Amino acid sequence: MSEITPAEWTAILLSLRVAVIATLVATPFGIALAWLLARRDFWGKSVIDALVHLPLVLPPVVTGYLLLLTFGRRGLVGGFLADYLGIVFAFRWTGAALACGVMAFPLLVRPMRLSIEAIDRRLEQAAETLGAAPWKVFFTVTLPLALPGVLAGMVLGFAKAIGEFGATITFVSNIPGETQTISSAIYSLIQTPDGDAAAGRLVIISIVLALGALIAAEWFARRATARLHGN
Amino acid sequence: MLRVDVEKRLGEFSLHASFTSEGRVTGLFGASGAGKSSLVNMIAGLLRPDRGTIAIDGDVVDDTAAGIHVPTYRRRIGYVFQDARLFPHLDVAQNLDYGRRMNGLALDPAQHKRIVDLLDIGALLDRRPGKLSGGERQRVALGRALLSKPRLLLLDEPLGALDEGRKLEILPYLVRLRDEANVPMVYVSHDVAELRQLATQIVMLKQGRVTSFGGVKVLS
Repeated sequence: MSEITPAEWTAILLSLRVAVIATLVATPFGIALAWLLARRDFWGKSVIDALVHLPLVLPPVVTGYLLLLTFGRRGLVGGFLADYLGIVFAFRWTGAALACGVMAFPLLVRPMRLSIEAIDRRLEQAAETLGAAPWKVFFTVTLPLALPGVLAGMVLGFAKAIGEFGATITFVSNIPGETQTISSAIYSLIQTPDGDAAAGRLVIISIVLALGALIAAEWFARRATARLHGN
Repeated sequence: MLRVDVEKRLGEFSLHASFTSEGRVTGLFGASGAGKSSLVNMIAGLLRPDRGTIAIDGDVVDDTAAGIHVPTYRRRIGYVFQDARLFPHLDVAQNLDYGRRMNGLALDPAQHKRIVDLLDIGALLDRRPGKLSGGERQRVALGRALLSKPRLLLLDEPLGALDEGRKLEILPYLVRLRDEANVPMVYVSHDVAELRQLATQIVMLKQGRVTSFGGVKVLS
């Protein structure tokens, strides 16, 4: 195993950028949705729940193709965003971030939802009797107590985003320096006659990143338990 | 002054209670299942009556005919639960300060000191709720409710989760609160001895109905 080449570095840094942006943008939506699913009953809740989990069970190539149809230059949303806001997703790194965000969303929402469900609602009631309006209850009691779960969701979402392949390559292709993430770089390298060594290095980096994320998520989960017991 | 006239169906159980109390401590007495907690939760706004009115100090907080239901957080009540329900992510000092912050009240160090001294919780201020005994937790919960400057303090079996020894430890604090804190209280209990010591007026509940109302002597 020799040194990491500049081309590999480009793929690694792009993967990190795509995954960080995808996670950060998805997080507020994830928290809002986790709270709705954990705390509110409304018409169509099970449909929303199913839609959130869809990217988990759908073939990634289908999710990528649907993203292409929707957010491509001629897509319904993509056309509007490109014409009026100048935001282009197709064949750009932003599109890779969108694909990774969508694919990571179910994993990101789940720990957040579980940690909100685990909070004793009687604490929220107590906050209300002390004069806290519902939004204040959320920010002073619910969110702080759910914080380890929120962070665990972000870590898991990040891990998923950094390894995403199928939806990304379908939606934004495999352009070095623009949309070629670690996964698509590995895919290209193993199809190249002497790409094995380079592929091997990227494989090891993938494993390290994924393991690191899982260990971090586990650590946050333990923190959550300690926090709920008031220690 | 507290005026209550409410009806509520909860499954098989129906509650129909009506009373007006001027007392410093109104004792809600009855066996478990008599509807005491439901009644207190309605006064707190956590439970909505099917029909009727509730007024605290002449201020109508519930009137089903007029469609009035003031949400809990705007009722300016304090509520001490059987399980103290301290916020586990905040230390004792932050728990005590919570109501003041939420209501946007100015700092009142004199009042803070008075209540901390009254309840003997000065030594606990930087501890987390997980590191407190049951009795200590309940004293902090009392302080937290009082420091939000409520116009009515609701106590739902605040000694119910404590053993006899702890009860005797907390009772004197409650007597002092009654005599010194100047906040009218509604005190829920099924314990005659407790109410004899604390209450100035008794509302006796049986199977969702008020069966007697009057001075502490109705307990005998």
